[in-house]
Amino acid sequence: MSKKLQWRGLFILIVVAVALIYLTPSLSKTLPAWWPNILPEEKIHLGLDLKGGIHLVLEVQTKRAVESHLERTIEDIKYSLRKARIRYQALKRSGSDRIGLTLIRAEDRKTVEEIVEKDFSNLSVEPGSFSNIDLNLELILSQKAAQHIKKMAVDQAVETITNRIDQFGVAEPDIRPQGRDRILVQLPGIKDPKRAIDIIGKTALLEFKLVDEDNSLEEALKGNIPPGDEILYQTKGEPGSKRKIPFLLKKRAVITGEYLTDARVQIDSRYNEPYVSLSFDSRGARLFGQITGANIKKRLAIVLDGVVNSAPVIQDKITGGRAQITGRFTMEEARDLAIVLRAGALPAPVKIIEERTVGPSLGKDSINKGLKSMIIGGIIVILFMGFYYKFAGLLADLALVLNILFIAAGLAFFGATLTLPGIAGIILIIGMAVDANVLIFERIREELRLGKTPRAAVDSGYSKALVTILDANITTLIAALVLFQFGTGPVKGFAVTLSIGIIASLFTAIFITRVIFDYFIIERGMKKVSI
Amino acid sequence: MQFIKPDININFIGQRKIALFLSGALILLTILLLLFRGGPNYGVDFAGGILIQVRFNHQVTPGEIREALRPIGMEDSIIQAFGEKGKSEYLIRVSKTNIDLSGLSNEVKQSLNSMFGETNVEVRRVEMVGPKVGKDLREKALFAIFYAILFMVIYISGRFEYKWTMSIIMAASLAFGVYIISAIGMSIIWLIAAALLITIGLCWSLRLEYALGAIVALFHDVIITMGAFALTNREITLSIVAALLTIVGYSLNDTIVVFDRIRENYRRQRNRDFAEVINHSINETLSRTLLTSMTTLIVVVFLFILGGGVIHDFAFALLVGILVGTYSSIYVASPVLLIWAGQVSGGGDARTHRRRKGS
Repeated sequence: MSKKLQWRGLFILIVVAVALIYLTPSLSKTLPAWWPNILPEEKIHLGLDLKGGIHLVLEVQTKRAVESHLERTIEDIKYSLRKARIRYQALKRSGSDRIGLTLIRAEDRKTVEEIVEKDFSNLSVEPGSFSNIDLNLELILSQKAAQHIKKMAVDQAVETITNRIDQFGVAEPDIRPQGRDRILVQLPGIKDPKRAIDIIGKTALLEFKLVDEDNSLEEALKGNIPPGDEILYQTKGEPGSKRKIPFLLKKRAVITGEYLTDARVQIDSRYNEPYVSLSFDSRGARLFGQITGANIKKRLAIVLDGVVNSAPVIQDKITGGRAQITGRFTMEEARDLAIVLRAGALPAPVKIIEERTVGPSLGKDSINKGLKSMIIGGIIVILFMGFYYKFAGLLADLALVLNILFIAAGLAFFGATLTLPGIAGIILIIGMAVDANVLIFERIREELRLGKTPRAAVDSGYSKALVTILDANITTLIAALVLFQFGTGPVKGFAVTLSIGIIASLFTAIFITRVIFDYFIIERGMKKVSI
Repeated sequence: MQFIKPDININFIGQRKIALFLSGALILLTILLLLFRGGPNYGVDFAGGILIQVRFNHQVTPGEIREALRPIGMEDSIIQAFGEKGKSEYLIRVSKTNIDLSGLSNEVKQSLNSMFGETNVEVRRVEMVGPKVGKDLREKALFAIFYAILFMVIYISGRFEYKWTMSIIMAASLAFGVYIISAIGMSIIWLIAAALLITIGLCWSLRLEYALGAIVALFHDVIITMGAFALTNREITLSIVAALLTIVGYSLNDTIVVFDRIRENYRRQRNRDFAEVINHSINETLSRTLLTSMTTLIVVVFLFILGGGVIHDFAFALLVGILVGTYSSIYVASPVLLIWAGQVSGGGDARTHRRRKGS
């Protein structure tokens, strides 16, 4: 055998062997123990549309994170102003990037500016928009600081959600920030999507607020809410016949979920109902002791995400740093609540703006149907090529089979994801990959009709068809690459299989079939081309 | 074995008036259909809304489902049978986007559970797309279409004509034109329409006749496929856009094979009538054109029949696209080339078809 042909044959064998090695982990259930040490063990990933699972896109309400940052800053400013003995008429947030401050004495203005410059470098002082310029000030949050807060909110939300999902127990979750204020969450193989969505989406902001018992709730409900107070509701009753019970609360939370060290499910021995017991850290426990000690016989409301859970009367000073959330929970609800409280609150509420759920049975159906149409379509194309081009057709068939092998190996190699449109892409490639061989074989037939020898006909058939094949494939490749750039999930999977398939088909249909042709014509002296 | 005899000589070019009429009629029909329907029928991906695929393990009628949805005020949802006949499987589709969508799938599930019993209902798929995301996806898809057009125009004008400078001029003017339009603040749909017109105009004025033929054929295929979708009431989703772009690639693929042959024959037979060269080239490549289309069609037909409901529309798009693409590479792309060549030489005598440097 000629040297050149030997090398080419060897090259093909090596490529096929490498492809088989990359494919082995996906095909065999158990790998030998030594395999992972020296060889790849990456399996072909299945997309959510095949495996079943949830795909969520969350939008972090980052504006709210900035607003609550401003609220906290106001508390700090109050403290500083008190220390500097500056009196003011009003100090409150206006909009989502500034704090309005109305002084009583115009000469305090300079001191305020100094304080802000020294202690609140994120803020800048501007004259207010109202008539009395000397008394009205606006403290404006810098753009940079706002951006930073927003970014931190997204990062922290990703971390919190990751924690929650880890505790909930999902294999191979994928949680990552997307764009400026979005988070992509992918959870394969989830059985109960509603629970997972609840766990992810709950802000879980736990607050303890004192009930305002000095002012009348009736008056407040009429619209005269005392300054520093707010009305929140407790919902009671079964779904369908829910009642809302209003509470007049002090707006300022005395303790928040920040101080929690643990939250776990316990069973109430009297009613045999689950509840969530909370433990605070030492600082939280001290605070809790102070507050409860100072407000005996008053009511303390436990507020979760703006909804009153309960408002028990403080019987005695509570020193152990423990509290409990009761309610008519099912075991699962209590467990999920404990998870979100343990993982901590989201820095800002999130909103689900995209949800795609595929049940496991549909995913399995899709795989089966996709594979079935692939196998039947493939067999018919293979039979057809064999009948139509005889020996040459068999070469094209071999090229086709190797092409599918290379696509599968390529998916494993690149760690790409196989989706349902991806399977469709492979099916499409089965139809299109033979195109290169059809072009070549038709050319060879033409050349043979002109009376050329087999060797010359094969030679010019390949060389004349080559340019056309390249042209034709490049256009499809352009479409595939653009799709890869702009597509999401399943469509990306399609673009990947299509791209790998096109490139592989150039190798199998042009290179491999040529080597075999040459072997039979040059080495075995084939006199007549069966085509 | 041969389906097409080597000496076949069908007068395709002679039938170009019939083909022109047919294509024109189909395109007109598509445009009328789209106008009548008020634009393409966008799926949840682009329009926003919620889609729920649900299977019952006994026979259930759409009316019963509607009844079950009445308590949550969703009785005006679109409910259609889905998947294989005989299986009680439905798609429930709400396109309202002014309501809070995030809890909706769960409410639907609970209503169905309480009406039919929890064990009898299986929610197999939920797709919820908020209005913001829908808009994003729409834009993304349109950009994908736009860039696909741009890159392919650059490639074919450069490759067919060996005029890479021309193709760069072309790309630059296209990018410039689109930049101006987007600066004015026109929506992306107009952007694409404008890009299309600029492309065809540029091909015309830069005398890129092969590119012009290929591009006309390409739009022909995509428009008619859209028409087939409108006619059969199918929705345009993300994966359908993927299918459309694949059709673009496929359509060009077929056209390129024919055009390559035309150029090759034209080089050898300068003295022959250009129309004859074209016709001869189409006949020479006919066997290949039909064979490849056939193998591709075989697999796509199986995908269409056996692939299951989720992939059904995708396969349908490919099916129509491949059929139309094969037709257009024979009956649309080459006649456009011929018409242009005739125009340039001032009427009929295509023998004066310009010589091309390097080709």
